[in-house]
Amino acid sequence: MNQYWIAVLGTSAIAFALKYSGHSVPEKWLSHPRIQKVNSLIPIALLSALVAVQSFTEKSKLMIDHRLLGLSVAILALLLKAPFPVVVLSAALSSALLYNLNN
Amino acid sequence: MNRISSINGPTLRDSLSVSLTVGAYGVAFGAAAVANGFSVLQSCLLSLLTFSGASQFAVVGVLGAGGTALSGIATASLLGIRNGLYGVIMAPRLKVKGFKRIVAAQITIDESTGVALGQEVRSPEAMRQGFWLTGFGVFIFWNLFTLAGALGAQAMGDIRAWGLDSAVPAAFLGLVWPRLKTNSDRALAIGCAVFAIAMTPILPAGLPIIATAFIAVAVGLRK
Repeated sequence: MNQYWIAVLGTSAIAFALKYSGHSVPEKWLSHPRIQKVNSLIPIALLSALVAVQSFTEKSKLMIDHRLLGLSVAILALLLKAPFPVVVLSAALSSALLYNLNN
Repeated sequence: MNRISSINGPTLRDSLSVSLTVGAYGVAFGAAAVANGFSVLQSCLLSLLTFSGASQFAVVGVLGAGGTALSGIATASLLGIRNGLYGVIMAPRLKVKGFKRIVAAQITIDESTGVALGQEVRSPEAMRQGFWLTGFGVFIFWNLFTLAGALGAQAMGDIRAWGLDSAVPAAFLGLVWPRLKTNSDRALAIGCAVFAIAMTPILPAGLPIIATAFIAVAVGLRK
């Protein structure tokens, strides 16, 4: 099995295990405010890191390219309170435009 | 749930509108998965079996950046912890056992929990209907749209010419944006972004992303 299949099956198995165990543990176990706090911060950390790595790296190298324009447009769209599909589409369109002009 | 006529109208409307809008993002996921090297089948299986948007985007993002399966699974699973917490919240409200609990667990995500809790002011029955309707609704649309996005991306060829390499980080940004409520949230986000970029040339692929979870734990426990 290659890395992609391991990732698909492993992610799915753990995702279900997390959901199911949540349905099976007593509520008071996880109600500690610090646990709740950490749980709300983890997505912020991981998603921000993913945005950065997907925008500014290529393999293990740092790189500034057409994706910077896409990200900037996405930030602008979010600041203007655009809905999610508009954010994604405007980023894709601007990035594609710059890429096609350069190539 | 047994009699259609007993479904609360406003609850049905809320559930359907959330299901359709959120399900449509499945296009972005299907396209992102294929753009990052997953096959159409693997993309669809992720939506069917993992069924948690942020986790799915994360695992394709990490592997697409050259990370190992292990770092992809770890990152995705950390993002899936909150579904477990939703399960803790929903279990005493749904009170289901056996096979029904397995089904309930699989559709326990941001949207089903969110809509359910939003219906609580109407009635406990509306709350349960909101959970099931939204859970099944998102499941159906998310999977259909994933297939569409994966097939679409496969037909595109050079994904950069279509802007897909920017659509993926924009989707992540759209997911994290509503969570940035305070200045310390924003500082954490920027700090983790800078950390991940700075560590990319040094650490093996995937690790710079997962390492930021420890920053979140440190910040969360300090307060």
